[in-house]
Amino acid sequence: MAVLTYRDALTQALREELQRDDTVFLMGEEVAQYNGAYKVSKGLLDEFGPMRIVDTPITELGFAGVGVGAAMVGLRPIVEFMTWNFALLALDEVVNAAAKMLYMSGGQYKMPMVFRGPNGAALQLSAQHSQAWESWLAHIPGLKVCTPGTPADAKGLLKSAIRDDNPVVFLEGEMLYNTKGEVPEGEHIVPLGVAELKREGDHCSLITHGKMVLVAMKVADDLAKDGINIDVVDLRTVRPIDVDAISRSVQKTNRAVVLEEGWEICGMGSQVVDFIQRECFDDLDAPVLRVHQEDVPMPYAKNLERAAKPDAGKTMAAIKKVMYLD
Amino acid sequence: MSTEAKRPPVQKRKEKGPGADGQEKGPPPDDGKRPATEKDPERGTEIEKDASPPNLAGTTLEQRRELLHSMLLQRRFEEKCAEAYALGKIGGFCHLYIGQEAISTGVMSMIRNDDYIITAYRDHGQALARGISPRAIMAELFGRQAGVSGGKGGSMHLFDAQTNFLGGHGIVGGHVPIAAGVGFAIKYRRGNQVCVCFFGEAAVNIGAFHEALNMASLWNLPVIFIIENNRYGMGTAISRSTANEDALVRAKGYRMDGETVDGQDVFAVREAMSRAIERARKEKRPTLIEMRTYRFMGHSMSDAVSGTYRTKDELEENMKRDPILLLHNRMYEAGELTEGEMHKIDDEAKAIAQDAWDFADSSPEPPLEKLYTDVYADTSS
Repeated sequence: MAVLTYRDALTQALREELQRDDTVFLMGEEVAQYNGAYKVSKGLLDEFGPMRIVDTPITELGFAGVGVGAAMVGLRPIVEFMTWNFALLALDEVVNAAAKMLYMSGGQYKMPMVFRGPNGAALQLSAQHSQAWESWLAHIPGLKVCTPGTPADAKGLLKSAIRDDNPVVFLEGEMLYNTKGEVPEGEHIVPLGVAELKREGDHCSLITHGKMVLVAMKVADDLAKDGINIDVVDLRTVRPIDVDAISRSVQKTNRAVVLEEGWEICGMGSQVVDFIQRECFDDLDAPVLRVHQEDVPMPYAKNLERAAKPDAGKTMAAIKKVMYLD
Repeated sequence: MSTEAKRPPVQKRKEKGPGADGQEKGPPPDDGKRPATEKDPERGTEIEKDASPPNLAGTTLEQRRELLHSMLLQRRFEEKCAEAYALGKIGGFCHLYIGQEAISTGVMSMIRNDDYIITAYRDHGQALARGISPRAIMAELFGRQAGVSGGKGGSMHLFDAQTNFLGGHGIVGGHVPIAAGVGFAIKYRRGNQVCVCFFGEAAVNIGAFHEALNMASLWNLPVIFIIENNRYGMGTAISRSTANEDALVRAKGYRMDGETVDGQDVFAVREAMSRAIERARKEKRPTLIEMRTYRFMGHSMSDAVSGTYRTKDELEENMKRDPILLLHNRMYEAGELTEGEMHKIDDEAKAIAQDAWDFADSSPEPPLEKLYTDVYADTSS
């Protein structure tokens, strides 16, 4: 199996789907001539031409709406946001148009489209450029929300997202683009709504998604050295969310920590904890703990930024606490 | 609700027009003696006018009767809507189009079946003019399963895939970029349809409008953007909301062709559309058309027709230019319509509106299992 970067895995998925279906097109800022702000669309303009790889003005609300209109009449747009921080300007089209069109038209107009781009914090980009939006978007019925954490999942989920007849929000990780992993060639599909148990152990469940999958794997490795073996449940999509995978793991380990990149209040972890208390109430040996960004806008200074972010140390501490080892 | 606003045009015509007494006392605008330009009393700006009114000869008598019927159907249908709203049969927000019918009728009479329409929440008139079943529209307003959107959309969200009616949209300006996207798809497929996008004059101040116009012009998209300037965004007059009331500077700002027309004159609407459609199909260029009209009712069912943000005098002055009355007068003066024929067309419209009411009223509500359908589409591919 080829080892690819997360970036190249995404490019491969885009290329394969553009080749497979000529109603698929990619639009966004700098996607064509510039080869993508993060080079995810590198080479695609040369291969598919300017009608299918479309540079837009800096006009997020506008081109998100163009994608909605094109999807209404049968194309399959992939709308790239340079980052999801800029997509806040486009949320009316994502939430009020794309997510609701099928429902408010009584089933007449489906929305086969993808909104994708990097989500969450990178390094020292400070408050306006360092935010994880999945809990906002997962709140909306009508949307599906993908948060791939590995190159293989990035490819497989993106192919599924492009083929889905619903609006799919696809949250990539800026810090993940250069990470590497084995990626199946050709027709590699990861279904939406299916979590993956990325590490198996009996002592505790660590439930996470997106960029935090890497942190979770490191924590699992470190704990294993001390003889503590944990389940790492990678949700992969946070809407639909794989409740069965969460309960299976927690019913086995009887303890859980939920790790996410975003803020605490109304975060994804709140929802996961709700599922756990409903489905696993009698299985729990300890309260479920959450690890997340501190409840502050992201600061610039290196030390403050480090303190604000969820990390392996905080996660390790939470796991030890639910195991009554601290 | 004031009775003036609901007064049907035929009665008005009988009171003031060449009815039994044969005396022309009606409003002056369409007597063929208008000056080449006239001052817009609201704005003090010059409106370009042809030296002569648009020519009836561009349409056949049969077409003119159809135009009259289309406008009367909207009027009578919406009078029933107001009645149904008062009785609690229609709920939520309900925005009536009364007074603006020449625009929907004129536009729809010029486009093809395979063209696309997208509009805002004041959408009943456009849906009727497009030929969507009055029964299905009324059933939607009543929240019934047989509604055009299955009872899930309501007044603001009429959708009909069969006629390429891409919805009633509830967020001011939010659908304008969607229209550009439809234009993009037409271009992508090398089609020669057009997409017509309706919105009010207040929408030109929202960012989505500007973003959409920029891309439509930049990319040569076949979209016809229609500003229905009824002078009020809810209760805020255009002079209180818009720094430059000349809508055409917005077109120029995006290197787009544009024009202002009398939206109460169905022939002027048709002629402007003819030019815009030609430009869209042949030159693949968008157009911005400001159609000046007037809303005879409140913004929605909850505000007074007059007395707060506009005076009764202003309303009455504008109601003299009722688009149905203007067409009626012109046909009457051309000797091609008798009062008897007018009543017959009107009675037909009333009967259709009543039939729509009866159908909606006797239709079942959506079954509860529909609550969870259409949230997601099944993906087969």
